[in-house]
Formats: sequence, structure tokens, C-alpha cells
Amino acid sequence: MTVSNVFRAEGLGKTYPGVRANDDISFAVEGGEIHALLGENGAGKSTLVKTIYGLVRPDEGRMALLGAPYAPQDPRAARAAGVAMVFQHFSLFDALTVAENIALGMENPPPRAELSRRIAELSRDYGLPLNPARRIASLSAGERQRVEILRCLLQNPRLLIMDEPTSVLTPQEADILFATLRQLAGAGTAILYISHKLEEIRSHCDRATILRQGKLVDTVDPRAHSARELAAMMVGAEMRLVDRSGRKPGAPVLEVRGLSTPTGEGMALKDIALILRAGEILGIGGVAGNGQEELLAALSGETPTAPGTIALEGRDLSRAGPETRRRAGLLAAPEDRLGHAAVPEFSLAENTLLTAGSRQGLIRRGLIDRKAATGFAQKVIRAFDVRTPGPDTAAGALSGGNLQKFVIGREVLGRPLVLVVNQPTWGVDAGAAAAIRQALLDLAAQGAGLVVISQDLDELLELSDRFCALNQGRLSAPRPTEGLTVEEIGLMLGGAHGMEVAHVPA
Amino acid sequence: MFRLEPRASAPLLWQVATPILAVLATMIVGGGLFAAMGFDPLAAIRTIFWDPLFGPASGYSRPQLLVKAGPLILIACGLALGFRAGIWNIGAEGQYVIGAICGAAVALAAYPLDAFWIFPAMILAGAAGGWAWGMIPALLRNWFGASEILVSLMLVYVAQRIAAWMAFGPMKNPEGFNFPGSRNLQHYDAASNPELIANSGLHWGGVAAVLALAATWFLMSRHVLGFHIRTAGGAPRAARFAGVRPERLVALCLGVSGALAGLAGLFEVAGPAGQITESFGSGYGFTAIIVAFLGRLHPLGILLAGLLMALTYIGGELAQMMLNLPAATVQVFQGMLLFFLLGFDLLTRYRIRRRA
Amino acid sequence: MIDPLSVFILLLGAATPILFAALGELVVERAGVLNLGVEGMMITGALAGFAAAHASGSPALGFIAAAAAGAALSMAFAILTQFLLSNQVATGLALTLFGLGLTAMFGKPYEGMKAPAMMPGPLGLNWMIWLGIALVPLLWWFLARTRPGLILRAVGENHDAAHGLGYPVRRVRILAIGFGGALAGMGGAYISIATVLQWTEGMTAGAGWIALAIVVFAQWNPWGVLAGAWLFGGVTVLQLRLQAAGVAVPVQLLSMAPYLATIFVLVLISARQKFGRSGGAAAPASLGRPFHALK
Repeated sequence: MTVSNVFRAEGLGKTYPGVRANDDISFAVEGGEIHALLGENGAGKSTLVKTIYGLVRPDEGRMALLGAPYAPQDPRAARAAGVAMVFQHFSLFDALTVAENIALGMENPPPRAELSRRIAELSRDYGLPLNPARRIASLSAGERQRVEILRCLLQNPRLLIMDEPTSVLTPQEADILFATLRQLAGAGTAILYISHKLEEIRSHCDRATILRQGKLVDTVDPRAHSARELAAMMVGAEMRLVDRSGRKPGAPVLEVRGLSTPTGEGMALKDIALILRAGEILGIGGVAGNGQEELLAALSGETPTAPGTIALEGRDLSRAGPETRRRAGLLAAPEDRLGHAAVPEFSLAENTLLTAGSRQGLIRRGLIDRKAATGFAQKVIRAFDVRTPGPDTAAGALSGGNLQKFVIGREVLGRPLVLVVNQPTWGVDAGAAAAIRQALLDLAAQGAGLVVISQDLDELLELSDRFCALNQGRLSAPRPTEGLTVEEIGLMLGGAHGMEVAHVPA
Repeated sequence: MFRLEPRASAPLLWQVATPILAVLATMIVGGGLFAAMGFDPLAAIRTIFWDPLFGPASGYSRPQLLVKAGPLILIACGLALGFRAGIWNIGAEGQYVIGAICGAAVALAAYPLDAFWIFPAMILAGAAGGWAWGMIPALLRNWFGASEILVSLMLVYVAQRIAAWMAFGPMKNPEGFNFPGSRNLQHYDAASNPELIANSGLHWGGVAAVLALAATWFLMSRHVLGFHIRTAGGAPRAARFAGVRPERLVALCLGVSGALAGLAGLFEVAGPAGQITESFGSGYGFTAIIVAFLGRLHPLGILLAGLLMALTYIGGELAQMMLNLPAATVQVFQGMLLFFLLGFDLLTRYRIRRRA
Repeated sequence: MIDPLSVFILLLGAATPILFAALGELVVERAGVLNLGVEGMMITGALAGFAAAHASGSPALGFIAAAAAGAALSMAFAILTQFLLSNQVATGLALTLFGLGLTAMFGKPYEGMKAPAMMPGPLGLNWMIWLGIALVPLLWWFLARTRPGLILRAVGENHDAAHGLGYPVRRVRILAIGFGGALAGMGGAYISIATVLQWTEGMTAGAGWIALAIVVFAQWNPWGVLAGAWLFGGVTVLQLRLQAAGVAVPVQLLSMAPYLATIFVLVLISARQKFGRSGGAAAPASLGRPFHALK
């Protein structure tokens, strides 16, 4: 069977102020193959696919699609040429229906009634059933992804680009997605699959192109390499092993009982209960959108809860606000660094005032001590190796990894009794991520209790003593991490939500 | 073409330069407008900006500067607090009117008594009236989520009608020959707000304005409340995370700005205006919004912007008398100033780069 | 006795300026832009329309001029907010202040003049009233059933996603802003040409702000705007009737009625939003947020 290049890139380059995002990238994707694009955050994957999809114009280099020169002016031109893309952060319109969303992603959509019929038909055929009249706001993350994929499929693309698709799926849902992709590849479509999940790529992808710091490292057969080797190619160095030496959990320090939040915007929490001991790390896993942010907000004090639901060392903090909880020793680090954990326009020194005011004596009797704030910021910068010109730099000017180190460090240096973190290493480069994980482990070794909420199962397995899963606002019973398998975790995370394997005749 | 690149933080140079650029642009475009209307642009600009300070009749117009700038600065300080937090009090004009009515009510009730406590009581009443009028949009926002922009604005129209009603009805001067309007408080010593230093234009309102500037500076730079306000304006989720209770902030900002506006109204009705008339309220509440923005929501800026706005008021009156320029010119100028300021503000938030 | 039909006709007349302005602002807000300058655009239209109608003797020409003037003024807002990325609240306010001042200045010579009368049409209602009512189903159909309307709604809902799909967010918004300006101008001109038949400075008396409140009340739906405009018209007519009937309430207090009614309506709809089940239509998600495409 002859195999032809659907897509070819030669010498692509793109420079942004201060950074060379893509440097002389050349690779090809063949029809019928699932081709992975592998690399750390900041490696240049995003810029590369935006170039292919017409969102970004390359400074150097050429592209070819089906043998013909390909230089799309914008996404519409890319779609017209046969390139479709499913974004990581869905570009869907919440208040509009499935059919309307799909119509927006198409060049010349058929009339409404016919479009609805085709959507219902096609989605059934591919095992991704969808009701065209439902509004996106009422769909789950997996269902939303179906809409995105369907939008692409309706245009019969030759090249389908998928950007981190499984970051919102359970392991079982991910399997179904891959079965669908296999079906598509079997029909001759070329699939470019962006991910940093090594096991997934090794199981499902035919070839992998690895990027590092804007440059092409190699194009390899992922099955011929171990995950460790692939990781080394991605990072360019041996990863530092995290030290998880034996810790002995002490007395219970945080007790949560019957914690529920009302349905409103976001996921409602239902009857959450957990007991955290001093020196212990409790990992809470779960696909995004199952209540992680809501749980952190309930624990940090941003959302008040019914009396008797949250107790720190026996003291009922359920009705207490964030400041009271901080004074008592319960600290938190939310997921969004910019806009939630830190204010982008404020300097690092000012950002310390956000949470460390009382515990570090930066705010006394209502008055701000600027010198003390600057001093504390410097302490955090030194202790956590935050790369920044100084404590007066605006938080928004720092790179993701450095800001995250600062934000976590600010809480760690507060010597909390309990620290709750949500996605501690999301979007952070490998070096900073390892440093953050080590800091969390050290904190636990000093006797603090930690709750780590994360979507990264590898991270949770590495850090936590006990593991539980957050699914649809419910927390599963915690189990010791020792000996837990990926399948069991997948089941704890809730399994597949009503999906079935595609049954399109081969 | 050009590309806009967001800055991480607003550089001080541009924060100071943009108001100056806006003033210059307004002068140029305003001058062009005058020329198009058939006036000598240079004469007009000189009459508006130079003559009130240094011209032949400036002995009379200079004191007016403080008279006009006082209430503008007083109100703008309160507005700046809220604007920084993303809480938009557009109804300061209404709070100003209600404050004047409440203060005047105390004076008229006490008439013709001569006692030391009357003026302080009026001050309290003025502040309380303005505070209460400002609390209405605050409570409606806190309890029901209703937009404080629209509610506070609607209340301006309501307040103006209350003033008209007062002038024609309950507060009408029995010795006023049946003309609408209250008794003139300038003639009632215990209740009047006279010039404190001869020919300076400084009355108690001016003193209050200085105190307000100092208090605002202290609050915003040294006090944790100021920090909370700035955080709420820049990143509401971070403010919540820091422990700010949004309802308390809304009540505080709207209440304080209402009280300050009410105070300004009181000082005006007991001083330069003298009485409650059917059209009480000269638009200070709206001009103060421009003062707040022009002053970059910072006490020092507000001081300078207030003086500049006062200058345009007086200069406009002068130009009306001397050059027959239409009365509404000043308003047009002020609107233009705000436009240019908002346009130039781009430079503080973005860098302009040529597209590669 | 009060004749219900004539009251209804008066109600329609009082409602029409608000209806036009609110429908225009509805389109602007569905595109994700909050334009608080409606009052400024209305008063500009009121003067431009009056001046053109007086000069030409034709009310129709007046309305066309009003639409053009409103649209032109709105372009200042468009340039500032879409190209220079200025704060939408402050810019809208500036537009209003500027419009009020500009019209006060240029309107002086027109005080005391009379406008040419509008011919009554079917059922005794002039053609502007009919146009206003006809616009409601037209705009509903445009937004809900056409592709350009779908694109506009998408831009208002999620401007980043719309941009990612290749839709021209800025262009859509500028067109919407211009449309809103034109309609607001026509609404303002109705007051000077059809209702009062004269020009006075500041004659819109807050109608633009009320129109903004009506858009919230209507939950961004054209039929809701019609209901809100009629409600406002009803309150206005009622208080005028009570004034004329010599009711023992001071005239000034009665004339507060429309503004108090607006506050009441705002509170009602916001409370329903807050305490009811969140399933109903809410504001377009991108409303008020500046759009900056990074290319």
C-alpha cells in the first residue's frame, strides 16, 4: 500500500520578541498515521500547530499539503485546504447549541434542519452520540470534545490536528477517543497529535516528532523507545528523582465532614469527607471540571460552608473567611496563578500582601509595612530559586514556572499546619516542577498535612501517601497509593460517560 | 502596520505623560473647533487657560479657582476609591444634591437660632444624606446584583426632582416673594460657609478637600483597605482569595463617595450657591468623574486635575463674557479631554511595535 | 374618562425613542460591547434630526440625518474601545458627556424653532412607531436565524474562540456599534421631531440610560425590549395623565416615576437572576471585556 505525505514542513521558523519559538523545523505526516508532536511546555508545539492552522505566519520555511505549496492566511483558508484542528481549550460557545457551534466552524454550513440531521447521524456512526439542539453549557468536557471533533469531521479533513485531547478525559474515555482516531486513520486521514503523555503516545502513535526549546530533536518510532528515553529527549537531561523517603503520619490535623455546596455556576460538591494527618500527603485526582476549584475554594474560605463541615485541629472553621483560616494555619494555593493566586500588575512584594500579611507580620493593625513585604518576597525568591530581576518586578512579567515557584513558596514559607494546592505544576517546565514537588515533600516531612489536587496522575502517584478521586463533585474513599494501578484509578475517576466504541464498517 | 504588545506593568513616565498629552491635544483640537466656528483660536485658548490666572481681571477670577476646585476634588477623591475597585459610582451628582438638601434642611429648621452647633450639624447632615443616597445602589447591588451604574444614575434624576420639589414646596422661602427657592443661607451667619481667608476662595469645602486628599493618599498607599481596593479592581478573584468581602467593599466605596459628594453639596449650598433652587446642582458630580480619571485616580493627580478643571470652568465663563463663546464650550472641552485621555491611556498599557 | 385607545397610542409614542435606542444597544451588547454612550448618541440624533428636518421640511430626512449623526458619534467610541482598547465604561461616559456638551453648544440657534409635523399613518400612528415595532421580529430573526446574526452572537459569547475560528471580531463589533449609534440617533430624533416638536438642550432627560436598563430587563432578547419599552411608555403616560388631572401629588414627584420604575425593574430582573435557577439567558459572556488578538 503506497503511503504519501499529506503534510510536509521544511525549515519552519518563527521569532517572537525575546524568544525563538520555532527554529528550522522539518518533518512530515503521512496519510493514515497518527503522528505525535512531543515536547515540554514552551518547546514550541503550540506555535508550530498555529502555523499549520493559519493562526500564525512563519518567518522562514515552507509547508506543503498533499504535494502542493501550503501557506494559509487564516484558519478559514486552512479549513478550506483540508486542515482541521481540535483545540486544547475548546473554542466553543457556551450559550449556543451544538448545531450552532458546528455551523460556526464550517465554511458553508448546510441549512439548519439538514445540519442537525447530519450531526445526529455522523455522531452516532462514530460512537460519539450528540443531540444537536443541546446547549454547550449543559455538556460535560468529554461531550464538548465530541462537538469539536465532529465539527472537524464534517469537513472531511485530510489533516486533523489534536491539541492535548486527553487532558480532560478519563483513561477509558481516552481509549474510546483513540479507537475513533484509528478509524479515521484507517480511512486515510493524517493525524497530528500533540501531547506530553509518554505512555499514551507509546501505546497509540505511529511516529513522534520531538521538539525542545524551539528546535527539532528527532522524529522517532515511539514504540522503539522507553518512556524514560523519550522524556530524556524532551528535556535533554536526566530528570532529577524526587525524594519520597518514609514519612510517618501523625495526629489528624484536618477533618472535613459532609461538605456540600449548592448547585450554581460550576460543579456542586456533594457530601465530601476526608481526614488528613500531620505529615501526610493526600492526593486528589480527577479530570478537570469535576469540582477541583470548588473544593479548594471551600477549603480556603472563599466559599462558606455549613457549620461543622471543616475543622482544623478540632477548631470549626466552616464559617471563617480566608484570613481567619490563614491565621489558624490553613493555607491554600489555587490553580490560576494570574488573577487568582497573584495579581499580574502588582509587584512580587505586593503580591506577598495577598496572603502572607498576617502570618509574616507584613500588615499590622491595618497598616502595610512595605519594607517587610519586600524582605519576605526576597526570602521566597532566594529559597525557591525564582528567576526574576527582583521583588519589584510585576508578577505578570515572570514565566509560568517561576511565578508558580513564587506562589507556592509564599505559602510554604508560611509554615502552615495544612496546605491545599490545586494543580501545583500545571504549565510549568520540568525543572521548576521537580523543585515544587520536592518543596511539597519537604513540607510534609516537617509535619504539615498536604492536600494535593492534580490532573497529573504521575505526579499524584509520586507525591501522595493516600489517593482519592474527585468525580462529579463526589470524593471517593481514599486508598493507599502503594500498589494502585492505572485501571483502578481510572475506575475511581468515573469510567466512560456513556460512550461506546465506534462501529463504522471498516 | 503596528502591533500592540501588552506591558506587564504601567510605567510611571507614561502615567504622568498621558494626562499632559491629553491636555495638549484638547487645546489643539479645541482651538481648531473654535477656528471652525469663526473665533480666533489663540485668543480663545488664552482666554480660557491663561487669563483667569494672570490676565487683567485675574484678581477676581483667581479666587474662583479654589471655589470651583474644592468640590471637584472632594467628590473625585471618593469616586477614585470606587473606580479603583471597579465600583462605578456615576450618581455623585445626585448624592451631592441630596447632601445639600439635608444640610439646608437642618439650617432652615434651626432658623433663626444662632448657635455654634448648627454648622457642624449641617456638615453631619450633608455627609449622612449623601452617604444614604450612595448606599441605595450599594444595597441594591449587594442584595440583588443590580448594576450600580444604572441605579446611581437613575437616582440623579430623582434627586434633581426632589430638589425642584423642595424649592417649590417645603423649602420655599416664606419671605421670598413667592419665588421658588429656599432662604439664602449666606445671610444666616450660624449656617453660612463664608470665605475663610479674604479673596482666596477658600471656604470650609476647600479645607475638606485638602483633608480628603490626605486621607485618600494615606488609605491607598499605607492602609490594607487601599490594598484591597486595588486588588479588587485588578483581579477580583485574587481579592476574594485574599479575604476581601465584596459586599463590604461595595458598601464602603459607595458610602464614602456618597458622603464626600454630600459634603461637597452642603458646602456649596451654605456657601457660594446660598440656596436650594429648582436647578440646584451644576454638574460637579459628573465633572468630578473626569477629574478622577484625569488625575489617574491618584490624590496628587486629582489635585492637579481638579485645579485644571476649575480653570476651564472659569476660563469658559470669561470667554463667554469677553468673546461671546457659547456657554456649553466648557462641557465640550471636558468631554474631549476625557476622550483624549482614554485614547492616550493605551500607551501606559501597551507598547507599540512595528509589525515584522 | 380616560380612553384606553388614545392612552395606548400615547404609550406607543412615549415608548418609541426608548425602543429604538434599546434595540440598537441590544445588538451592540450581543456582540459583547457595553456602550454607555447611548444618551450622548440620542441627544446628538435629536439635534441633528431636528436641524435636518427643520431645514428640509421633511421629518424623514431628519431621521436619516439623525441616524448618520448617531452612527458617526458612535465611531469615536468604536475607535477608542476597539483599536485603542480603552476602558468601555469610561469611554461610554465620555461619549455621553461629550455629546451633551456638543449639542448644547451647537443647538443654541435652534431653540424656539418648530419641527415639521409627522403625518399620521395607519391607525393614527406615524411610520416611526410602526418601524420600531417591525424592528423587533426583524432583529429577532436576524440574531436567531441568520448566519451573520450567529457570528455576532458568537463574537459576544466568546471572542477568543470566534477569533480562533477566523471571524473578524473587531469588524463585527464596529458594525454593531455603528448600528447601535444609528438607532439611538433615530430614537433621540423622535423626541425632538415627533414628541416635543422643538429642540431644548438635554431634552433626552435620561432616556438613553433607561434604554440601557431595558436591555438588562429584556435579558438581551428583542421581544423583552418591546415589553420593557411599553412598560416605560406606560409609566410615562400615566404620570403625565396624573399631572394633568391635578392629582394632589407635586408635579416633580410624579415626574420621578419613570426613573423609579427603571430602578424597580432592574432590581426585579437582577434578583430573579440571582435567586432563580441559573438556566435562563444571562449576559453575553464577553460583554465589556476588551478584545486583544495576539498574532
